[in-house]
Amino acid sequence: MTADSLYLDHAATTPLLPAARAAMLEGFVIWANPSSPHKVGRAARAAFEEARARIAAALGWDGEVILTSGASEALALALTCCNQPLRAVCATEHEAVLRYAAEAERLAVDSGGMVDPAQAAGAGLVAVQQVNNETGVVQPLHEIGAVVRAAGGLLLADCAQGAGKLPLPGADLIAISAHKFGGPVGIGALLVRDFGMLRPGGGQERGYRGGTENLPGALGMAAALEQGAGWLAEAARLRARLEDGIRAGGGTVVAGDSARIATIGAYGMPGVSAAAQLIRFDAQNIAVSAGSACSSGSLRTSHVLETMGVAGANEVIRVSIGRETTEPEIDHFLEAWRAIAV
Amino acid sequence: MIYLDNQATTPLAPEARAAMLPWLAGPESAGFANPHSTHPPGRAAAAAVEVAREQVAALLPPGGRVIFTSGATEAINQAVLSVRSGGIAYSAIEHSAVIEAALASGLATQELPVDLAGLVDPQAQFAPGTALVAVMQVNNEIGTLQPVDRLAARAHEAGALMLCDAVQGVGKLAAPQQADFIAITAHKLYGPKGIGALWVRDGVEVSPMIHGGGQEAGLRSGTLSPALCAGFGAAAALAKARMEADFQHLSGLSALARGVLARWQANGSEVARWPGNLNLRLDGLDVPRLMSELRDIAFSAGSACGSGTGKSSRVLTAIGLNARTARSSIRLGFGRYTTRDEVSEACQRIEAAALEQGV
Repeated sequence: MTADSLYLDHAATTPLLPAARAAMLEGFVIWANPSSPHKVGRAARAAFEEARARIAAALGWDGEVILTSGASEALALALTCCNQPLRAVCATEHEAVLRYAAEAERLAVDSGGMVDPAQAAGAGLVAVQQVNNETGVVQPLHEIGAVVRAAGGLLLADCAQGAGKLPLPGADLIAISAHKFGGPVGIGALLVRDFGMLRPGGGQERGYRGGTENLPGALGMAAALEQGAGWLAEAARLRARLEDGIRAGGGTVVAGDSARIATIGAYGMPGVSAAAQLIRFDAQNIAVSAGSACSSGSLRTSHVLETMGVAGANEVIRVSIGRETTEPEIDHFLEAWRAIAV
Repeated sequence: MIYLDNQATTPLAPEARAAMLPWLAGPESAGFANPHSTHPPGRAAAAAVEVAREQVAALLPPGGRVIFTSGATEAINQAVLSVRSGGIAYSAIEHSAVIEAALASGLATQELPVDLAGLVDPQAQFAPGTALVAVMQVNNEIGTLQPVDRLAARAHEAGALMLCDAVQGVGKLAAPQQADFIAITAHKLYGPKGIGALWVRDGVEVSPMIHGGGQEAGLRSGTLSPALCAGFGAAAALAKARMEADFQHLSGLSALARGVLARWQANGSEVARWPGNLNLRLDGLDVPRLMSELRDIAFSAGSACGSGTGKSSRVLTAIGLNARTARSSIRLGFGRYTTRDEVSEACQRIEAAALEQGV
């Protein structure tokens, strides 16, 4: 970001990659409707289908790809159109899942935020996120998927935070969002192992999603995915430096012993509320958040931290690292963190 | 390539593209932030979204709110979903987004017929218990202008709400003033694809369709794209400023085309119509052959979504055409950036190709 400001809120959204931006600019020129039968329409269709194939290839996904406006819509599509009724959801899911799950069983998490795969056994649709958006905890989806499938069920994974960074989990339905991995806002996808798992609703996307296709968005999404996740190793190194500094300063790391993605961490500052921390960071042009972007400003205690039984949950902020984050930036943040902690 | 298919989609206005670029930023600037974040870059993005919302709202009646969606299809589905009981009446020439959403709602449905001119009777009788009446402002295939405000008044008398699909009319004509829900999309008014809006009259209840983070006051979850919003807003502002000039330009193009294609018959009303659309038929015309002979002229034989299905147009059937005459119809869609030379050349070549077919 700019010289005098520091952005450590990459879990909310992360900058558009130059390759994605270039792909979108090319897409703006191919503006015909991909459903039109004339030559320019067919050219747009060809470009759109190529983008879809590139997205699947970059993700290593051999099933179907339904492009949507983002992960919220992809989750809504999965949760309302799946052939199997929703049976259970992880207790720390994003609101985009919980809002559809009033009657579903909650899979408890331990104090490290992890689901015990044995709990998930049974038929029906089970929704467990790959990476928690507030703590970075990575769920054992391979094991959960095996248990669910053994009982004839289907696993839906909200991979908004993990896609483009971690390999896709062994799930049947997967929701992703481009703007979390350097693609544009306004496009995402529901990955479906087999169309037979969904009831079609009509319209475009082979009858699973109506609405004129967003070609520049699809091209930007494909280009962003193709940039790869080679930077995660550096993110892990920076995150270790960040957490060493926070612990040395008397802070706590939420779910510090759990498997976590290298880009997201939640940190407690004993005796200082998250709201007070945010005001102080804000004054220094440091962008971090208390929980998710969607819930920021609500000042409610995070349901994720509450469910995990985190002591001092209202003193926790989220720091999330991106591709461009540097060591001097981490050090700058730690300096500010220590000044607030005193 | 001469593009005469502006009902399917329109080119992105340079002004809309320019408005989007600052919000397609990389790490070098703050123009990428999540508008739902509370930090300064997030607040700046939120401000851009709100500016765009006002620009879009300026095309719509006072006394309502604009909910950004991924497009008109989503907006229509959300409006239909907001009606929980009673019946839904829709015109026979609605876009499939309205008809499919109504059929999927599980509520009783009633189709309101249109006359041979493609107009809904403003005195149409709604079935008892009708809760929602859906009639579009401008038909996407034949360009006819529906008496939306008169139907809205009757819907209100009957205790029903009015949904207007204004996709083809917004930014081009004054919006219907009496509707309760108006669905629009950016890419039909020279804005970007992937964004639209549902306008809801104040006091009318609307339910969320996509749940989640609670954006758009809880009515539409999902991170909003400041770039798409800014492009939509700029396109809306431009459309408002140019409404009269664009209308005059399109009227001129329409008259020019009718002059060249003088022996063709118009489908739909000659009077109550939007001049950007001309749906014409010539008995005996082989449209697939015409299209394949004129590959560098982009026009259509119906809606883009309905293309390739091989079925004859539901709209043309509704105005009394039989399968044969419906199949000998073409749609020419003019836009702001269509030139007189393009229309003149395209129509002369269409006419010559038709003569070549012996019709």
